[in-house]
Amino acid sequence: MKTWAKFALLAGVIVGTLAWLAVGGINETKTYYKTIAELHQMGPRALDQKIRVGGDIQAGSIQRSGREVLFTLTQDRMKLNVVYSGIDPLPDTFRDGAQALADGRLGRDGIFHASKIQAKCASKYEAKPGRPAAAPAM
Amino acid sequence: MENLGALALVLAFCFALYSILGSLIGKWKRKPFLLASARRAVYTVWALVAVASGILVYSLIAGDFRLVYVASHSNKSMPLHYKFAAWWGGQEGSLLFWSFLLATYSAVVTWTCRNKFRDMMPYVTAVLMTTEAFFLMLITFVISPFQVFVVGRGIQDLGDGQGLNPLLQYWTMVIHPPMLYLGYVGFTVPFAFAFASLITRQPGEAWIHTTRRWTIVTWLFQSTGILLGAGWAYAVLGWGGYWGWDPVENASLLPWITATAFLHSVMMQEKKGMMKVWNMVLISATFFLCIFGTFLTRSGVVSSVHAFAQSPIGKYFVTFLAIGIAGAIYLILDRLDYLKSESHLESVISRESSFLFNNLILLASCFAVLWGTLFPVISEAVTGDKISVDRPFFERVNVPIGLFLLFLTGVGPLIAWRRSSLESLKRAFLWPTVAGAALMIALIAAGMRHPYALLSFGLCAFVACTIIAEFYKGARAISAKSGANLFASAIELTHRNTRRYGGYIVHMGIVFMFIGFTGWAFRLDETIEVQPGSVARIGHYQLRVADITQGENDNYIWNRAVIDVSKNGEPVGALEPEKRLYKASKQPTSEVAIRRRLNEDLYLNFAGMSNDNKKAVIQAYVFPLVSWIWIGYWVLLFGTLVCLIPPKMRLQYARTQVVGIAGRHATVEQ
Repeated sequence: MKTWAKFALLAGVIVGTLAWLAVGGINETKTYYKTIAELHQMGPRALDQKIRVGGDIQAGSIQRSGREVLFTLTQDRMKLNVVYSGIDPLPDTFRDGAQALADGRLGRDGIFHASKIQAKCASKYEAKPGRPAAAPAM
Repeated sequence: MENLGALALVLAFCFALYSILGSLIGKWKRKPFLLASARRAVYTVWALVAVASGILVYSLIAGDFRLVYVASHSNKSMPLHYKFAAWWGGQEGSLLFWSFLLATYSAVVTWTCRNKFRDMMPYVTAVLMTTEAFFLMLITFVISPFQVFVVGRGIQDLGDGQGLNPLLQYWTMVIHPPMLYLGYVGFTVPFAFAFASLITRQPGEAWIHTTRRWTIVTWLFQSTGILLGAGWAYAVLGWGGYWGWDPVENASLLPWITATAFLHSVMMQEKKGMMKVWNMVLISATFFLCIFGTFLTRSGVVSSVHAFAQSPIGKYFVTFLAIGIAGAIYLILDRLDYLKSESHLESVISRESSFLFNNLILLASCFAVLWGTLFPVISEAVTGDKISVDRPFFERVNVPIGLFLLFLTGVGPLIAWRRSSLESLKRAFLWPTVAGAALMIALIAAGMRHPYALLSFGLCAFVACTIIAEFYKGARAISAKSGANLFASAIELTHRNTRRYGGYIVHMGIVFMFIGFTGWAFRLDETIEVQPGSVARIGHYQLRVADITQGENDNYIWNRAVIDVSKNGEPVGALEPEKRLYKASKQPTSEVAIRRRLNEDLYLNFAGMSNDNKKAVIQAYVFPLVSWIWIGYWVLLFGTLVCLIPPKMRLQYARTQVVGIAGRHATVEQ
């Protein structure tokens, strides 16, 4: 019995430490998924949270100045100006019309400061069924 | 043609159902002819799925662009091997590939065990074919790879396709998915045996002995798949990372973790008759995590860089998993009496206990990864907010877990079974501890302050010493008897007990990988904008952009930066990172240039030209020690292959087992 108690104690310590690390890790990195509309509604509450927001990159809105990249995300006619100044290079799929996810915080100026961008090219994965309809039928 | 393929799949589905019913009824009514016909149905399923796969591959290569699948994953200008790889490049095709592999495995198992295990085999067949039927159902009725473009009443021929996603047009991508799938699918076999042994109330460990090789080979495929994925991410994605804790990567890691735990804890069952329930749980968990991984990859539940479209197959997977898991839990609980432990834990400092901790820690890691991956889904269900966790979460939990595992890798194999005295601990660990501590002190003196990195290097030295000491001690004993030199004796030693010494070699591979992982803490990165002709620097490298060249071929247009590299003033050659634009999909990709060395990699990505089109934007990185990860893989591969060689002395193994069982009644070993 005593051996089991010792073992259980050790196991408890290990699991406890890991749980503590995990909870800390979650609190430090948790990111809320929001739509652009929700972000606009949140008001000042949005300022102190890490947020991930998604949308389409408005065509022609991408501007590069030095290391910063500015662009506009749109979703259901709502718009959000985003500035990206992270270290990682932007993905190759990041371009006009692509769907993008931006992680970061909303600044007091109403511009979203992103530290990470994920993008997937919309035409590649989702527009397949639309294409043949546009082509002339046989 | 496509009708023939679809018909083959429908027939395969029917034969799979027949095989399930045939083996269950045949077993129940004791009809050997029915059992034999159920076995033959397995071969038929294989033949039919092979025909369907052959038709799809032929369509991909010949370019039959009436098929939706072909048009969206292949095009005329792609090289032949990528056309073939398009078989598993998309959702429908990859599910067909799954079915094909499982059918192949099932046929092999049915053939090799046709005269063995008469009790278990019908159930093994039934489990295998149930899984096969599930996947065949998906590609027959839900998402068919043989779908054609239909507009009104006519079938549309698109003329040319979109091509395989350019990111996937890289050599490891041709073999990475098959390796991972061979691993995923392979665990169905040990699971089927475990399940069958539960149903038939087998008292012994027959299922473990039978599937031991399967498990090791499958585990090897899975490790290979994961490492190839890491190698691909490193060389293709352009930011130099080999692991991003992406949901799809996590999905491949989860079953690997439980499988690793299983490989270790079966030793407890074989030698001591302990942890029988646990092993059942582990193998079931591995199997279901494999299915879950396929589901996660294919259903779009969580967003991922692997970016597969949303699809309707999610609910089928959830149903299959729910029924399967419920069945497994019921069976294990119902058969608990047959899974009683034959001995129990005697001391906290013993081999048994190190196995228990190894399992505990692996499972904790598995749980943390699963939790982090599903956090958006869970938090949305509980709080209504979709919350994701990121890289730092996974690292905070998994780095200490990894280090603790590394520690156990060194300690576990040297501690005695049952209990260990302080004296023997000192004998075994004195020098390795000294070596580890000495290395840490030396590194601190050299100016290294990163605590995890220090600990990791120290532990690597510790584990490496214990492994070398094991080989040295054994080899010296043999050499003293036979007079052969140490090297020949070490080979002889390994040949005598391939499992044990092969395992040590695998551990050595893991040590090398940890050395590589630790290098990540010392990476450098720099985004440089330079005009052609001028020089920029990173670390002790000087980079001079010599030229920007352009060109095109059938598949893509390229822009290449030619960069002369010198290290501390000495020229070391030119690197040529490239930016490509694929014509069919209009997608740009980056081809990074890497100067690989044992101590560090110089990694250059050509991001494009600056706004005024005068300067080249280069992302430059230095990654210390990263090559050791790939070296570690080759060592791991070699060690695993050694494990598969039949040992020279079978007697030795049997004797250990007898001692193990008798050990219950014996007094404390001297």
